[in-house]
Amino acid sequence: MHSFDVLVIGGGHAGVEAACAAARMGARTALVSFDLAAIGAMSCNPAIGGLGKGHLVREVDALDGVLGRAADAGAIHYRMLNRSKGSAVWGPRVQADRLRFKAAVQAAVRGQPNLTLVQGEAAALLLEGERVAGLELADGTMFHVKHLVLCTGTFLGGILFRGEERFEGGRIGENAAHRLAQQLRGADLPMARLKTGTPPRLDGRTIDWAVLEEQPSDGEAWTMSPLTPRRVNPQVFCAITRTTQAGHDAIRANLHRSPLFLGAIAAAGPRYCPSIEDKIHRFGDREGHQVFLEPEGLDTHMVYPNGISTSLPVDVQEEVVRTMPGCGRAVIVQPGYAVEYDHIDPRALTPDLQVRAIPGLYCAGQINGTTGYEEAAAQGLVAGLEAAAAALGKQAPALDRANSYIAVMVDDLTLQGVSEPYRMLTARAEYRLRLRANNAATRLTGLGIEEGCIGEERRRWWERREATREMFHVKHSQRVHARELADLGLPVRRDQGEKPLAEWLRYDGVTPEALAPWLGEITALDPLLAEEMAEDAAYAPYLARQDAELRDLRASEALPLPADFPYAEVPGLSNEMVERLSNAAPGTLAAAGRVPGVTPAALSALLVHARRRLAA
Amino acid sequence: MSAAETIFALSSGAPPAGVGVIRVSGPAAREAVLALAGRMPEARRASLARLRDSNGALLDEALVLWFPGPNTATGEDLAEFHCHGGRAVIAAVEGALAILDGVRRAEPGEFTRRAFANGWIDLAEAEGLADLLSAETELQRAAALANAGGALSRQVEAWRERVLGLSAEVEGVLDFSDEEDSADLPECFTWNIAALAGELGEWLARPRSERLGEGFRVVLAGPPNAGKSTLFNALVESEAAITSPIAGTTRDVIERAVAIAGVPFTFVDTAGLREGEAADPIEAIGIDRARGALARADAVLWLGAEGEGPEGAWEIAAQVDRAGFAAKTGAHFTVSAMTGEGVLGLKTALVEAARAGLPKPGEAALNTRQHARLAEAAEALEAARALADPLLVAEELRRARLAFDRLIGRATTEDMLDTLFGRFCIGK
Repeated sequence: MHSFDVLVIGGGHAGVEAACAAARMGARTALVSFDLAAIGAMSCNPAIGGLGKGHLVREVDALDGVLGRAADAGAIHYRMLNRSKGSAVWGPRVQADRLRFKAAVQAAVRGQPNLTLVQGEAAALLLEGERVAGLELADGTMFHVKHLVLCTGTFLGGILFRGEERFEGGRIGENAAHRLAQQLRGADLPMARLKTGTPPRLDGRTIDWAVLEEQPSDGEAWTMSPLTPRRVNPQVFCAITRTTQAGHDAIRANLHRSPLFLGAIAAAGPRYCPSIEDKIHRFGDREGHQVFLEPEGLDTHMVYPNGISTSLPVDVQEEVVRTMPGCGRAVIVQPGYAVEYDHIDPRALTPDLQVRAIPGLYCAGQINGTTGYEEAAAQGLVAGLEAAAAALGKQAPALDRANSYIAVMVDDLTLQGVSEPYRMLTARAEYRLRLRANNAATRLTGLGIEEGCIGEERRRWWERREATREMFHVKHSQRVHARELADLGLPVRRDQGEKPLAEWLRYDGVTPEALAPWLGEITALDPLLAEEMAEDAAYAPYLARQDAELRDLRASEALPLPADFPYAEVPGLSNEMVERLSNAAPGTLAAAGRVPGVTPAALSALLVHARRRLAA
Repeated sequence: MSAAETIFALSSGAPPAGVGVIRVSGPAAREAVLALAGRMPEARRASLARLRDSNGALLDEALVLWFPGPNTATGEDLAEFHCHGGRAVIAAVEGALAILDGVRRAEPGEFTRRAFANGWIDLAEAEGLADLLSAETELQRAAALANAGGALSRQVEAWRERVLGLSAEVEGVLDFSDEEDSADLPECFTWNIAALAGELGEWLARPRSERLGEGFRVVLAGPPNAGKSTLFNALVESEAAITSPIAGTTRDVIERAVAIAGVPFTFVDTAGLREGEAADPIEAIGIDRARGALARADAVLWLGAEGEGPEGAWEIAAQVDRAGFAAKTGAHFTVSAMTGEGVLGLKTALVEAARAGLPKPGEAALNTRQHARLAEAAEALEAARALADPLLVAEELRRARLAFDRLIGRATTEDMLDTLFGRFCIGK
């Protein structure tokens, strides 16, 4: 019998982060996967990051995760989305070469101390009472482990749909873990089904690139991880094409052959990333929909047409593709398909992503009803840190809605549940102005160092950066008179007196570059930090206002609601509210306020009863 | 509700009256009905019963209503005895209730407190009910009723929905613009924010609800022996005295709170104002205070020489019955407090002026706390209107929503704690 502190099932983005995070915390960790060679595969879009998602990548990276550096290792195209808006909503995104990305992930996993890789099929959980005691593989191998992280993606009860065809399994050519799924169903966990889809892959050699609008990699030098000093790969361009009326007609004529419209797939799909047949059905008046042609790598001709995810039969997929400009002769290498899969209602999880009914069992990724690599990776990180902390009697870094998108997501999932695949959006973060993609390290790396999940290399980088920050602080506190700025041609009124540079940075048109006479060479020392601190100064009045709000929030967070709080005994709560609150089991009064449907009047009742219980 | 105690109180007006309604709320309400009526009536149906005390003596024949919790006004089991409204009957029924186990007389406002604590009303409604309980005049009652009935809460919810709609438009621009057909904010967006801010502004400009408690302040001023005190007495006498208004700070300035035609007034009689040196230091202090009273007045009745009173004062030609009466050419009113001539006309005009300066009957009025929150929301909307960066616009809209949430207690904030543990003494 093998014994580990933490065992992770699944080698996708969630599993990799969970296993590496647990190992970084010092836990003896095992990662079990059907196929070790598939670890690090990108099953869908070759893009990593984007709006909201880019924040998650940076945060996972700030806690020394794998995703950011692997994205840089694979990146063949960088683009900062929302560049024209305020920096808090910028979305760093890369297109990654599948092979290079996977190689980087494999190297990270194999080079991770404390981590053992095990190839095999997870067959059954071993329980002692309600608690997790171990895992049995299909070949009979047994593991003794009390902290088990389930990162099985769409493999749980996954069924693929393509036209009239049906296949079992999570991805084309892989098995679905049906035995484990049956066991989880038997455990009476709240489960539901969701669907997702993927577009057909095209042979780039059959696309007429010359007629298409190019979207080049942006010319700047930024990378996903500050530990990646510079972009390593040659940069390629993406191209933009559109669906056409002829293609829409073909889709409409064949809607009866789509499993979505046949009723074969009843589960809800993501509104944010609908299939092309959904788009045509719901927005029929549109002339055409944008499609991004994204190269999948430097050594492959595969192209990912982003925007036409579909489960239509292969012949219709081909017809639709060929009506798009530049794709008249395009050849489909692998057809698109839809996947319907089981997920656990995440309200059954505690904020550390542990199944409330089965202590020791953690869940992360698509199994919790989310979509996207970044969302999966971020949850994997949380589950891995928490499982390791529990196993070793340590603390995981304290994440909350005011310090990370990661915590926003976990809080949303565990309190509100999902009705469609959950995707990160900046709109979900109420303290968005302080949660910028470019200050993730400032927000989180220090916390990670305190709790011991940051490796040596990043720790050294952090110490250097903190020293530089101190120097910036000194420079920023210099007081300069308005006249001196005006003399340089900066847009400030001369009668505004003397202020520290940090305050001048709040003024439109006053940039760190413009203040070079006072900041001197220091900006060049760490341009990214200079930019971050200038933004802090610009947002300072808003952040100060939020501070007051946060103090108030923390007061409500100080009032605990035990998991077994008798909501049914609180008069004034409707049956629906009692059910929602019981399902979500908010840990504090503040969390109860975020459970959907809880009215102000009900909240006051909860406050009174919680106080009474506390006093009793 | 876990509070073991059951409370009762006369919930209709002071006896004697036609009917006296005694309310009982709490876990022992059922036992109380059984003890007095001898049986449980059908829920939510009025039924006639003979009420008896513990010795079996007949107390009254009354209508009994039984409302099992939690869907009741307090969220608890609730019973009502509609008795005959004589003092003796009510005292006897209350006496019979008071000796039951776990049953006691309610403290002022305790029914409201329980309704709030049991999640039946939100913060703004609870504040309205608290005001309702202390209302002494018809105007106070009507305004408090509007808040207690949720008029303000419904209005705030409606505003909140509109801000949410505006937020959704900004968030769409922020989160999806790079994905397809990048959209900018529609042209009417700023206009919509301005319209909403304008509505809030109208509410903010209304008189506060505290004004109802203080009443419309009418100050009588003029030189010594101009007839101020006589007119003062003529104005306040035979009117219902009210007790709640904030007491005056000095005895040199005599204040009297009365309700005229249901409108709360505070009449203030000042020491005579005279030019030059005061006769003695004590009088000087009195005159200083009189000037202070004038500054806080809603209306000043000037009984001195024409044109010498404070700006905007009502020129009153008093003592018309006297031999040496000095007529004023521009007098608003010519009165004799002794004969009553002109006093009714003056009162009517004061009531009219007060109605304009106090919250309208039936219209929800804001108290200071609510006013501050609403002002915060209005300020955020004004800021949002002026900003170009959608990210900051979104932040200001969020701030407006937060202010609304705090107003009605949706956010679990200090506001709610203050109200719960301060004004309502819950949990102490």
